[in-house]
Amino acid sequence: MTYFSRLLGAVSVAALSLSALPALASGTLVIASTQVPRHFNGAVQSGIATGLPSAQIFASPLRYDEDWTPQPYLAKSWEESADGLSLTLHLVDNATFHDGVPITSEDVAFSIMTIKENHPFKSMFAPVEAVETPDPLTAVIKLSQPHPALLLALSPALCPIIPKHVYGDGQDIKTHPANIKPVGSGPFMLDSYAQGDSIVLKKNPNFFLDGRPKLDEVIVRIIKDPSALLIAMENGDADMYPFMGGSQEIKRLEKADHIGIERDGGAAIGPINWLAFNTASPKLSDKRVRQAIAYAVDRNFIIKALHRGVSKPARGPIVEQSPFFNPDINPYDVDLDKAKALLAEAGYPDGMELTVDYIPGFKEQQQSVAEYLRSQLKKIGIAVTVRAAPDFPTWAGRVANHDFELTMDAVFNWGDPVIGVHRTYVSSNIRKGVIWSNTQSYANPRVDELLAQAAVERDFDKRKALYAEFQQIVVDDAPIYFLNQMPQMTAYDKKLVHVPDGIWGPLAPMDQLDWSE
Amino acid sequence: MSFSFLIRRLAYGLVLMLGVVVLNFLLIRLAPGDPAVVIAGEMGGATEEMLQSIRAEYGLDQPVLTQLWIYISNVAQGDLGQSYFFNQPVASLIGQRLGPTILLVLVAQLLSILLGVFLGVIAARKPNGPLSAFVSVFSTLGYAVPVFWTGIMLIILFASTFPIFPVEGMASVRLRDAAWYVRGLDVIHHLVLPAFTLAIIYLAQYARLSRASMMEVLGSDYIRTARAKGAGERSVLFRHALRNAALPILTVAGLQFGNLISGSLLVETVYNWPGMGRLAFDSILRRDYPTIMGGAVLCLCHGGGGQYPHRSELSAGRSAAAGPGMSGIRTTGPRRRGAAAAGQEGANPLCAPGGGAFTPGIFQARKRAG
Repeated sequence: MTYFSRLLGAVSVAALSLSALPALASGTLVIASTQVPRHFNGAVQSGIATGLPSAQIFASPLRYDEDWTPQPYLAKSWEESADGLSLTLHLVDNATFHDGVPITSEDVAFSIMTIKENHPFKSMFAPVEAVETPDPLTAVIKLSQPHPALLLALSPALCPIIPKHVYGDGQDIKTHPANIKPVGSGPFMLDSYAQGDSIVLKKNPNFFLDGRPKLDEVIVRIIKDPSALLIAMENGDADMYPFMGGSQEIKRLEKADHIGIERDGGAAIGPINWLAFNTASPKLSDKRVRQAIAYAVDRNFIIKALHRGVSKPARGPIVEQSPFFNPDINPYDVDLDKAKALLAEAGYPDGMELTVDYIPGFKEQQQSVAEYLRSQLKKIGIAVTVRAAPDFPTWAGRVANHDFELTMDAVFNWGDPVIGVHRTYVSSNIRKGVIWSNTQSYANPRVDELLAQAAVERDFDKRKALYAEFQQIVVDDAPIYFLNQMPQMTAYDKKLVHVPDGIWGPLAPMDQLDWSE
Repeated sequence: MSFSFLIRRLAYGLVLMLGVVVLNFLLIRLAPGDPAVVIAGEMGGATEEMLQSIRAEYGLDQPVLTQLWIYISNVAQGDLGQSYFFNQPVASLIGQRLGPTILLVLVAQLLSILLGVFLGVIAARKPNGPLSAFVSVFSTLGYAVPVFWTGIMLIILFASTFPIFPVEGMASVRLRDAAWYVRGLDVIHHLVLPAFTLAIIYLAQYARLSRASMMEVLGSDYIRTARAKGAGERSVLFRHALRNAALPILTVAGLQFGNLISGSLLVETVYNWPGMGRLAFDSILRRDYPTIMGGAVLCLCHGGGGQYPHRSELSAGRSAAAGPGMSGIRTTGPRRRGAAAAGQEGANPLCAPGGGAFTPGIFQARKRAG
């Protein structure tokens, strides 16, 4: 036994001394993430997994502060023509790609046209007819119709400027080898990527903004297991955890003295958790049935009890922080009598049977709510069966092919309503087989008309009025019952300064982020 | 072993491998969910045209049999294809992930044998003593408790309550540029919990086995002789008795190796270990057919390479790839605990499935563990 205890002693001492090793590089930031990116080219891939590294590797024409105001980035200034049919970008003259080649208007034109053709968000640059390049530092975006969403579409998360001399070699951009070995234009350069394990980004010493970035190295550590990730944060093995959404994680990290939590950044991403109705299903085609369900479900209970108060409510299709949000929409406060009356009016006095699906993997936001619906809707005589899917592909296959009655879903606003909101409601986007299209089969000619007008309306107040009416109609028609905004907080070591808090949150360049000492 | 016998066996082996590849290829396509929709989902949605172009890009628009033919002819030329999700050749992905899995499994194997035999030997000394009872209870528990749970308990204890060991992967990213020996120590530091977790199940088996084997040997005449001539207790136990008692232990160690690899799937997931198990799991969730198939082909080669050379040549590969449910093929490989062991029958985490069904097997293994 003495041997054994000596061995145990030696192992413990070794372990303790190793765990006491200090961080070697002081300018290093370790970001913990559960997200595995397919690649780093945000020009052909949306989503937060690619978006976070892409915004560090690639610069974009504009960037945004927390007030939705565009700020100069690669474009030092810009002006719109009087007719709204062109936008001129004046580029900074000292920007180079990571391989030393200067960034010119040709690259801007190439990037925008590439995104127009390949990015899943078709509406971002749909009206762009061409990008003219009168000189190397001037790019003129020509539009077929006014496009008020254009300025937001030039954000880091949506419009990375990629090098024409690398990606313009004729290979398919979606599978281009440079997507995982990118030559970028942003504050950090990709140093190495161990697939599904870690992404190492090094400071770009020739970044065009003087004195930036502040950090020498940003490492994204992919930790798929949330509890292991929390331990890494608590123990200081990781310094920042973006897109934190679970109440348990938030409550637990709130307790750690050295960790701060940024709650409000990323409003433009705007993920809404909702209950969608298949309006093409005979049982749900009558809006009174959908409204009855909306009156029966208690959004506040879901937020307070199931999400332990960490979610914010979402009452309509546009998140409440957006300048276009209409606060006068019907919130559907719980009213079981009204719900029963509406059901009876619609011809279902004895209730009905319905099935609800949910996206697997987001237990708190999706599965728990689906299970709550079962007990809650029983109160108005609706027997709900919760249909589980073993994984995302199964769920996506069902919903994309309209094989569902009710489903929990989570869809992002992506800044301007043209980019992330219209797709769910315009009748021209009812496309079988396409996930996150108008899978509700919702069609209302007035909504189509309003959205078509809002897409081209340049006057902010008029545009806001159009969206206000749209929100009122959609909430009344109830193709979707809106539940809550999914929390996406950033936990960070309190010694960090300039933690991303703009409208794009961690999908913005972290060139100012730094350690306070 | 005559030449024609070898040829015949090789031919059987090839036919069998082909059969398993075809079966796996078709089975994974039976699982609901379209890879193009997953890719589109990861991209944030897509139009029909984009879905079509994704399908065309990866050859998913071809009839299944054409896809199968292309796949088989590529594999025959040593090309495992390109991962849909990771945008990299499958072979290089496997190359990145194989090393960590082998390291984890070898260390766990070593740990379980050393500790298990040690515990078994000291327990055998006084079969009715409290230590022996402890070893029996501990080993039964160790074998019965799901590895998933053990992992989580160890994490709570040694990473959260007493933060001694890290749980974020195989090496600390902060020490990337440190001297080689610091990095080596760092890997060992990261290895302790996962290796111990994985070792616990098998440690229990070795402890019980060596206890039984030692008790038998300790009753022999030559041990009495050794004691009579005045040999010290340590010398009797470890020099005289253990050498003879070690035979069954070594045999089992050879057989257990494959099971260890399948157990590593769960341990890798819990500890974020960047190995084959996690790769398989991630690929299945994303319907990344080429990566899933690459793993299956790899484990076929592993099994076919003669894990149990003293038994029927390809039995290991057969039980590994096909699982126990594949009736009609005489499985001479070891079979433990019927259905409950199905998830562990294979020689590789990628082969965990029962009945040759690749996807369900993984979940079966998880279910068993959780």
